[in-house]
Amino acid sequence: MTSIGSELWPYVVLVVAGFLPNEVWRIVGLAVGRGLDEESEVVIVARAVAIAILAGVVAKLILFPSGALAMVPVMVRVAAATGGFLVYWFARRSVFAGVAAAELIILAGAGFFVR
Amino acid sequence: MRLARVARLHAREQCDTKRAMSASTTGHVPHSPSRAFFAGFRSAWNSVFALVLAGTYVGIGAIAHDLGFSSWWLALSSLLVWAAPAQLILITALGTGAALFEAAIAVTLSAIRLMPMVVALLPIIRPADGRLKPLLLPTHFTSVSMWVESLRLLPALPREERIPFCNGLSIGYMSVAVIFGFVGFYLVAGLPPIFAAALLFLTPISFLITTARNCRMLFEYVAMIAGLIIGPLLAWYQVNLDLMWTGVIGGAIGYAVYKVRRFAT
Repeated sequence: MTSIGSELWPYVVLVVAGFLPNEVWRIVGLAVGRGLDEESEVVIVARAVAIAILAGVVAKLILFPSGALAMVPVMVRVAAATGGFLVYWFARRSVFAGVAAAELIILAGAGFFVR
Repeated sequence: MRLARVARLHAREQCDTKRAMSASTTGHVPHSPSRAFFAGFRSAWNSVFALVLAGTYVGIGAIAHDLGFSSWWLALSSLLVWAAPAQLILITALGTGAALFEAAIAVTLSAIRLMPMVVALLPIIRPADGRLKPLLLPTHFTSVSMWVESLRLLPALPREERIPFCNGLSIGYMSVAVIFGFVGFYLVAGLPPIFAAALLFLTPISFLITTARNCRMLFEYVAMIAGLIIGPLLAWYQVNLDLMWTGVIGGAIGYAVYKVRRFAT
């Protein structure tokens, strides 16, 4: 492959695997127009599928991370996620408090284990 | 019941249209599209979503750097894809060696949720003259932060100002995303490993907690927990199309719970 081709390839991938498969649902929404309410079956299924995939990605990022995060032991990562979630849950559902707590646990763990 | 809702929506729309038309013919309401656009842009940077987006994209920028993407690729993905979950799925899938087809399927499954959002936005922004072209940009811009704020702010505006306001709002959020994507990308490269690790943890933890926060019904919590368990399990056993199956199985379990609850009550 030519150097121009290999330089452009990531952008082709972006359009084919990122832009088009994502954009198509916005266009479908525009075409469907009206007549779809919050409680309709399509909406429920779409929400459940999207939540499950995103949760799967999140769990993979925590359990099989890359780069510097991989140097932090898996138990610390799981403890940080669990701790962060519990703080969020009991601190009146504060996203900020939960994220901050998790980050503190990771920092402490990284400080202890990462050289 | 659904018919009544639709009828009500139509009635409200006709009211809006009449008001907009009378306003423009009598000239009582001075309206300038560019002023509405900048009002939207300012409102984006002043909203709490700007902070949330900044944090989200700092995290995504860090992960994109670690998985070997360029900063311009990331910026372009923010403009073209414009959905943080889809971008995260795309970057982690491609970055960990998934095939193009596999990444595309996971992205498209995660994006179906955008369709009902566009449908709900349309009656609010549809121009009085019924033209389609002005709707194209807001359709592309539809994503969670822009959608929540549009549904909250737009109904109070005159109809002819809604699309420019909505576009300004969206471009405001997009600029936050692009700028903080660059920040995260270069920050993770320069930080000592301890802080780089904390930065890389920002995305999973904030997505985990905001996903939980967006759950209102039991089936949503069930889908989340199913995804948390099935996703890494399939990845561990190196199942092909693991993200697709996570979505299909986790989504089916969530939907089953919804049906059972529906049937029981």
